[in-house]
Amino acid sequence: MNKILIIIHREYLSRVKKRSFIVMTILGPILLAALVIVPVFIAQMSDKEKTISVVDEKGIFYNAFPNTENIKFEYSALKIIDAKNNFDSTDYYAILYIPADFVSKPSTAALFSNKQPSITVKQYIENILKKELETMKLSSSGIDKNVLKSIETNINLATIKLKGKGLEEKGNTEISTILGMFSGILIYMFIFMFGTQVMRGVIEEKTSRIVEVIISSVKPFQLMIGKITGIAMVGLTQFLLWILLTFAIVTFFQTLMPNTFNFKNTENPIIGNSKIMNQEQMLQLNEETQYKNQGMRDIIESIGNIDFGVMIFSFLFYFLFGYLLYAALFAAVGSAVDSEADTQQFMLPITAPLIFGLVASQFVINNPEGPVAFWLSIIPLTSPIIMMVRIPFGVPIIEIVLSVTLLILGFLFCTWLAAKIYKTGILMYGKKVDYKELWKWLTYRS
Amino acid sequence: MNIFQAENVTKRFANHTALNKVSIAVPSQSIFGLLGPNGAGKTTLIRIINQITGPDEGTLFFNGEKLQPHHVSLIGYLPEERGLYKKMNVGEQALYLAQLKGISKQDALTKLKYWFEKFEIQSWWGRKVEELSKGMQQKVQFIVTILHNPKLLIFDEPFSGFDPINVNLLKDEILQLRNNGATIIFSTHNMSSVEELCDYIALINKSKKILDGSVKEIRTRFKQNIFEFELSNIKIDLKDIASNKFQILTESTEDHITKVRIKTTAGNSPNELIQHILPNAEIHTFHEIIPSMNDIFISQIEGYMEENN
Repeated sequence: MNKILIIIHREYLSRVKKRSFIVMTILGPILLAALVIVPVFIAQMSDKEKTISVVDEKGIFYNAFPNTENIKFEYSALKIIDAKNNFDSTDYYAILYIPADFVSKPSTAALFSNKQPSITVKQYIENILKKELETMKLSSSGIDKNVLKSIETNINLATIKLKGKGLEEKGNTEISTILGMFSGILIYMFIFMFGTQVMRGVIEEKTSRIVEVIISSVKPFQLMIGKITGIAMVGLTQFLLWILLTFAIVTFFQTLMPNTFNFKNTENPIIGNSKIMNQEQMLQLNEETQYKNQGMRDIIESIGNIDFGVMIFSFLFYFLFGYLLYAALFAAVGSAVDSEADTQQFMLPITAPLIFGLVASQFVINNPEGPVAFWLSIIPLTSPIIMMVRIPFGVPIIEIVLSVTLLILGFLFCTWLAAKIYKTGILMYGKKVDYKELWKWLTYRS
Repeated sequence: MNIFQAENVTKRFANHTALNKVSIAVPSQSIFGLLGPNGAGKTTLIRIINQITGPDEGTLFFNGEKLQPHHVSLIGYLPEERGLYKKMNVGEQALYLAQLKGISKQDALTKLKYWFEKFEIQSWWGRKVEELSKGMQQKVQFIVTILHNPKLLIFDEPFSGFDPINVNLLKDEILQLRNNGATIIFSTHNMSSVEELCDYIALINKSKKILDGSVKEIRTRFKQNIFEFELSNIKIDLKDIASNKFQILTESTEDHITKVRIKTTAGNSPNELIQHILPNAEIHTFHEIIPSMNDIFISQIEGYMEENN
């Protein structure tokens, strides 16, 4: 037992101290954090406050343009010619010109600027003009504004999980999908990354011939288990460091630029300026805000309803046992060959179920309760990926118990199988090994 | 007292038998040569002693007890195919391998320091193994093999890859180890080093042991009553003394000294031969030709081949 610890110690330290591990540990969270930060950052980048001067010849659009966080409107009494001539001496971003005959000829309105105005500004103004004009036209043909209001409909189907005994829980299919796919891909990545590390480690020991010295001190099984465990700990370390560092980086940026990451504000950019709006606009905006708030609340509520304890625990379990099962097989492959180039023929039966699991997860996500999802989350070779995809959608306890039991049994069986191949393989040099040969090794008496 | 003993050990692989009822006895505090052509089964026997593989039949004894897993800490093994982790520091690696043999880290550090100083390789401690030459790696591995003061040491071709100076250094170390109480099983194809170092040998061919015993005894056993003289002022033709008792094998003259090899028939003492020579020539040297291990090795293996064909 003590010797296994010595082996684990070496396998762990020699990898954690490697430059590639440190680089991956630092790069991983930066990439992950970038996924969160960069889109927000880019969205806010060009958001210098822009003031637009409105030259409205008839004055019917006075105060029709609600200010946003980044676009402010000032209503000018100047003639358009003067406004244009004075443009350079002002700080205006652009001049919005609404001529007197705008209502009859909508295409006469124009936006003057000394540069190409941004598409957001253009679309924002277009939308408001369009809405105002439509309202005007509708009321002139006798349709009441309130009737119109009541026709406008927004639909977002709430998904609610029944938890039995009349208990309900608000779910969010999108979030479950993202979470499920993300965990599935992560498990796949980790099994692959660290499984091949086990294989490389075994090949390294075999080709450098140090294995003969080591197994004159310890049993081959101890060496194999020590190596697999050591590398599992490397994987867990990397995973935890990624989570911690990602969290640290995001928090750092949040405190550095509180406004950029204050999601509540960006969701309701208009509410602060409601003073200057007329009653109706305010009503309308409030309703929009309310709708948006409702969506946000739903998301927050359903995130809150996801049991992260269960998620993290099951992730760690399926990662660990999925990895252990595959790592044993990878070790067996490594022991049977003389160099990494020879691994091809033995890799296929190992990588095929892994890749199949990843591909199948796309279908499982669309029907997490179907028979395909059920069977793939029970069979040990695919269950680590598929079960993780299913768990955010809620899986009956009995299926989880079945899946967990079979995975543990599968792990024990694979380790037993791999140990038999490993024991013989590490001492075989310069022999072209095929499946027939592997079968012979399996049937050797110890 | 035998430190190691194998009785009727048989090991079969799928297609062939690697060892067929092999029995050897390795006396304590001796150097024991394990000889045989390539593929004879030496490596399999060594692996069985190291408990890397188990025998199909037969019993093994270590120091009078049945061979058990805990005995590995009393055995040191230097395999023919040397190997260390290429990317690992020399020092860390030596510590790791020593700890696997069951000595504490502190103990290992003290001992490693002693040996690194003795071999004058302290400066290698922090270097990666891949930066060392092959001979340097061999030295490190030698130290690792003997570090835990094993009672039984197994060296498989220990001198391959060393220059003559380091071969001598190693030979001295091996003799020193034996004098300090260790027993060495020594597998090699280099017969002159067998004569120089080994006290006992066993010869294995085609999975069977065909010869064993002490080196002196074996060489005496295989001597063929051949005597060599160096003579001058020969008054007769040497062929005249040839008779049914004496047979001249070779005769050559250089700088007035004639070298002659004479075989006597069994039961004839060399004194009688000298009596024949003495009146007729001046004797400068006289000695009996004892067969070299090399000759015995070749004659035994070839004889065995002929018998079995």
